[in-house]
Amino acid sequence: MLCDVCGKNPATVHLTEIIDEQMNELHLCEECARHKSAAMEQQFGLSDLLAGMADFEKHPNKEEEAVAVKCPACGLSYADFKKIGRLGCGNCYNVFRKYLAPLLKRIHGSSQHIGKNPLQAKVSAAKPVKKKAGLAELKSQLQKAILAEAFEEAASLRDQIKELETKKEKE
Amino acid sequence: MQINDLINHTSEWLKGTGPHSDVVISSRIRLARNLNKFPFPHWASKVQLNGILEKCSQAMEKVDLLKDATWFILAELDSIDKQLLVERHLMSIEHTQKTEQKAVLVNNEENIAVMINEEDHLRIQLMQSGFNLFEAWEIINGIDDALAKLLDYAYLEDFGYLTACPTNTGTGMRGSVMLHLPALVMSRQIERVLAAIAKLSFTTRGLYGEGTQASGNFFQISNQVSLGHSENEIIENINGLIRQIIEQEAQARQIMLTKNKEILEDRINRSLGILKSARIITSQETIELLSMVRLGSDLGMIEDIDRRTINELFIITQPAHLQKIENVKLSSDQRDLKRAELIRKKLNLVS
Repeated sequence: MLCDVCGKNPATVHLTEIIDEQMNELHLCEECARHKSAAMEQQFGLSDLLAGMADFEKHPNKEEEAVAVKCPACGLSYADFKKIGRLGCGNCYNVFRKYLAPLLKRIHGSSQHIGKNPLQAKVSAAKPVKKKAGLAELKSQLQKAILAEAFEEAASLRDQIKELETKKEKE
Repeated sequence: MQINDLINHTSEWLKGTGPHSDVVISSRIRLARNLNKFPFPHWASKVQLNGILEKCSQAMEKVDLLKDATWFILAELDSIDKQLLVERHLMSIEHTQKTEQKAVLVNNEENIAVMINEEDHLRIQLMQSGFNLFEAWEIINGIDDALAKLLDYAYLEDFGYLTACPTNTGTGMRGSVMLHLPALVMSRQIERVLAAIAKLSFTTRGLYGEGTQASGNFFQISNQVSLGHSENEIIENINGLIRQIIEQEAQARQIMLTKNKEILEDRINRSLGILKSARIITSQETIELLSMVRLGSDLGMIEDIDRRTINELFIITQPAHLQKIENVKLSSDQRDLKRAELIRKKLNLVS
């Protein structure tokens, strides 16, 4: 097998990137593995990567429909976004929501923001939501357990997270 | 503060102090923020860019933490001045291009820098010496809260803070830690470590961030995912990973000390010898040799040169710094001569 990046040297490094359920396999030669992050951005360009990630190949009709959509606030079309890899303004996120949500999920493993919001800062009395802290804490413990290869602990943490998440969904 | 004052000043994050500063050079957090109702910089007209610059700078002037600070207007700077700011890690290489209506605010300690009209309207960064992401987050969070009261940020409940590139959406946060890993490189374990980092969806970059390759023994590690995790979770995840790498580097150093002490001592002292006596030296060679001297200082093999002096040398031997110090434009060959001279002066002075 040849390297996915240079296509010249045999691939000796095999990477599997997993973010939530999305699995991504990369076969690289040693040279390219070394420069993976920097080289990848230069060789493909970020816009190509992003466009490729939008998963349009499987839904050609959806693409035609998407490309014609234009943001009324800034005039950027989805075709522009595909070409330059950048949105035009905040409102683009509303206009292209149904195409962007799956793209964000592929990039980040999630399309739901958790974390601070500007309204909290405006209402100085508002306290950060405590409910999520429990889940966040468990998730970070899980990450640590995986890193430390403490798999029994990780399994127990995973179950606790699942339980908490189902409870949250029911709420 | 003027741009010329920077060269005689040591950035706060170069002090060489803070937790684990034998392995961790610095910790950095940056937040990407945009204004509602304005196009992102790449899509905005000149008039709109002006409006963004005005709104942001007016708000920033009201924030206490940004008061003892200096504005640099990019269009007013020559190429050496712009490069100087990049070499000091106060702004990105991207910010030196197409400079219309771009600015950067730098505080006197040089640990806070805010770029206006880079890829996003606001890029706020905070740098700390050593392994200190949570402290960096506390400070930058305060600045962000103060700005949020004055500015109308582009934000959606589901997607979070909206950014020009969807890779930054959500928290808009990137946490980076600059590591010095000579023992992992010398013992050829670094490939394995870097492969593991990539698997965990973290990015490794070089000394100067985005688009630069890891050079010498320096690696900048940062989170890739900015959406779906809280800021604290992201920092905890980076910290968990960095703690492991620090541990591995410490072990590798220990093994070298017990098994190959003479070889290590020889290499470190030869490096110092070259730096103290070379007449011509490139910046690449300088970084490699200084890396060994820093290791020597961390291991107590070199006692008369402190970490701060070494950290400073990394910065002031860069091309724009040399030209600023000499106050003249220098060719690459001339720089190699002047660089050697400057290093000799600094190192022979302290020992």
